[in-house]
Amino acid sequence: MDADLFLTWVRGTGLNISIGIFLLGMLWRLFEIYSLGRKPDLAVPRHRAGASGLHTLFRRSVPPPGMFKRSPVSYVAGYVFHIGLFIIVFLFAQHIKLIQELTGLSWPALPAQFIDATAVVTLATMLLVLAERINKPVKRFLSTFGDYAGWALTFLPVLTGYLANRHLLLAYTAMLALHILSVELLLIFLPFTKLMHAFTLWGSRWYNGDVNGRKGVPT
Amino acid sequence: MTDHETLNRETPALEIAGQKTLGDSLVQQGISRRGFLKFCTAMASLMALPPGTASAIAEALIKAKRPSVIWLSFQECTGCTESLTRSYSPTLENMIFNMISLDYHHTLQAASGYGAEKSREDAMKNFYGKYLLVVDGSIPTHDGGVYSTIAGRTNLDLLQDVAKGAAAIIAVGTCSSFGGIPNANPNPTGAVAVSDIIKDKPIVNISGCPPIPAVITGVLAHYLTFGALPELDDLGRPKSFYGQTIHDRCYRRPFYDQGKFAKTFDDEGARNGWCLFELGCKGPTTHNACATTKWNGGTSFPIESGHGCLGCSEPHFWDAGSFYSALSMPASPLKLTTGAAVVGAAAGVAVSIANRVKKNAAKSAHEKATIADLEK
Amino acid sequence: MSRPGNQFNDIPIHTHVAEARSVGNIRALLAEIVARLEKLDASGESGMIDLHSLPFAPGEYEQLRQTLGQGEVSVRIEAIGPSEINETRFPGVWWVTHYNVEGDIIADTIEIAWIPEIIPSQPEDVHAGLEKLQAKLNE
Repeated sequence: MDADLFLTWVRGTGLNISIGIFLLGMLWRLFEIYSLGRKPDLAVPRHRAGASGLHTLFRRSVPPPGMFKRSPVSYVAGYVFHIGLFIIVFLFAQHIKLIQELTGLSWPALPAQFIDATAVVTLATMLLVLAERINKPVKRFLSTFGDYAGWALTFLPVLTGYLANRHLLLAYTAMLALHILSVELLLIFLPFTKLMHAFTLWGSRWYNGDVNGRKGVPT
Repeated sequence: MTDHETLNRETPALEIAGQKTLGDSLVQQGISRRGFLKFCTAMASLMALPPGTASAIAEALIKAKRPSVIWLSFQECTGCTESLTRSYSPTLENMIFNMISLDYHHTLQAASGYGAEKSREDAMKNFYGKYLLVVDGSIPTHDGGVYSTIAGRTNLDLLQDVAKGAAAIIAVGTCSSFGGIPNANPNPTGAVAVSDIIKDKPIVNISGCPPIPAVITGVLAHYLTFGALPELDDLGRPKSFYGQTIHDRCYRRPFYDQGKFAKTFDDEGARNGWCLFELGCKGPTTHNACATTKWNGGTSFPIESGHGCLGCSEPHFWDAGSFYSALSMPASPLKLTTGAAVVGAAAGVAVSIANRVKKNAAKSAHEKATIADLEK
Repeated sequence: MSRPGNQFNDIPIHTHVAEARSVGNIRALLAEIVARLEKLDASGESGMIDLHSLPFAPGEYEQLRQTLGQGEVSVRIEAIGPSEINETRFPGVWWVTHYNVEGDIIADTIEIAWIPEIIPSQPEDVHAGLEKLQAKLNE
């Protein structure tokens, strides 16, 4: 199969399959999680319901006292690469075009050079967090195959996208096809791995904060 | 060969292929060395060689002998021949045609029927192992190749026969290079490229629908000058013309880098000449020389006229999704999404019902512990 | 194949050429000319730039012509069609344009040299001319 045929496949059949599996998995898991339900809490909330949930969204986004000093890389690099991913995924013209095609929504893009620079920073910080995961005994102990796979599934799209955009290593056509393929792998595995946190993070934080608030431990 | 008369008006006498050198015929035509040097400068430019090589080309060409060329047209639309014969600088093309002996081309030659076929057979016999074979059009292979025949012979048979004695094969156009439009899905005739059939000869692919005339003549000129085919890329195309993408050499590239895109064909961006990527331009994945060599006497190329590149010099360009959907967009409509969403939702609901059932079962199976139980 | 009076420029409709917005191609080209001129100045090494293979936005070609301007020397050669060789305002930078018999541009180059390659008489031509002149003398 030549590069052009490969590209057409990932833009057509491949995309079709991966978005299908992604939607299937996402709806499955979201329905499952949100339908778990709890018995109605008949007790009078110790603290105003809701406020604590909202508060926790922010509270858990900043490091607890003392933690920053113990593990600065986790916080700084963690923030940097997440923001980087957001910028690359949602503010690159080509990506917006895809989202527009699929959903009809569009918004202004950032210049390609800025996205390029962001990609470099993102890749560097992702390598840093990987190095730290391997080097710190506690983190290494806690890491499973899923953690490394999740890292790779996230890293590869950024790497191939950057290489394609800069015309490095392989011809643009082949690299673009690899980039799209890597994103399709990410889409397929996202609903079934820890990467699901992209969709459950805010809900679970709210839930925990809210429950704690009701029980009298507001944040 | 009567076709020469139409192509070589300025040439008083025609030599038989392989006899005189080009230098001899130049002297005969009264062309000065300075004039020839100028011609070679144009040739260097044509072949995309460094501009200082004109005198080296002149030295080589003076000693070159006119090769015999057999041109076979298979499953095609004659657009490639039109492109070449209607090219903008006929004098330059004429000079190159003067430098070859076109012994068979069934569209251009005046001879027909047995006479035409005989001239091909003569050339094949007299210059066995030395003639150049030019092919435009794809070769149908289904049902024994009956979907395209010339003088009662299938294209497949003719190609295999003529290719045997060829020094090299030049596949002109996307059809002969990669299968082209006849090869597009569902490919009813089983059309394939020359390189799918002939494996033991050097083949150069000059793809494009049609290819740029200057590229066709440029490759011929290269063969004449150096007696060999130019350096090829992994798809068998000459690197000097197909080495870079349209996007790499596009004058609108700075707008791409700045993120300035035309959103429709008549908006402000389109009027300002911004990048056509979002309107489906295939420039980033298309290797050809349009952006620099241009068309119609250097007038413009599609992007300069406000339309995105279709990618016609790439394999399977016809099946690569809409010409108007950007490369980052789906090549075909997503058919699985609704089904997958329904299945996913159904699975989610089913699992949640199962969970509820389990929970209720656990609840009903739950026995309240009493003090008496604990004291047991 | 000749099409007298049927040239592109003879078509009486002319499109509106967008106002030249510099996209940056000219600046890059001027930088290259400067680099080659420095070589000529330092070591006498001549160079050539083929304009045919360079991307130009509409209006940029004219912009380049205006920037380089017209210098002291202007040469016209008639050899299988005309050729125009003009020294630009910057001595050593020559604009060489070759036309075919029908007036189409077949090569367009910028040559950085003491004198463009095409101008001096060619040894083969000198030799042929000498023979002819000798024959005339011996008539």
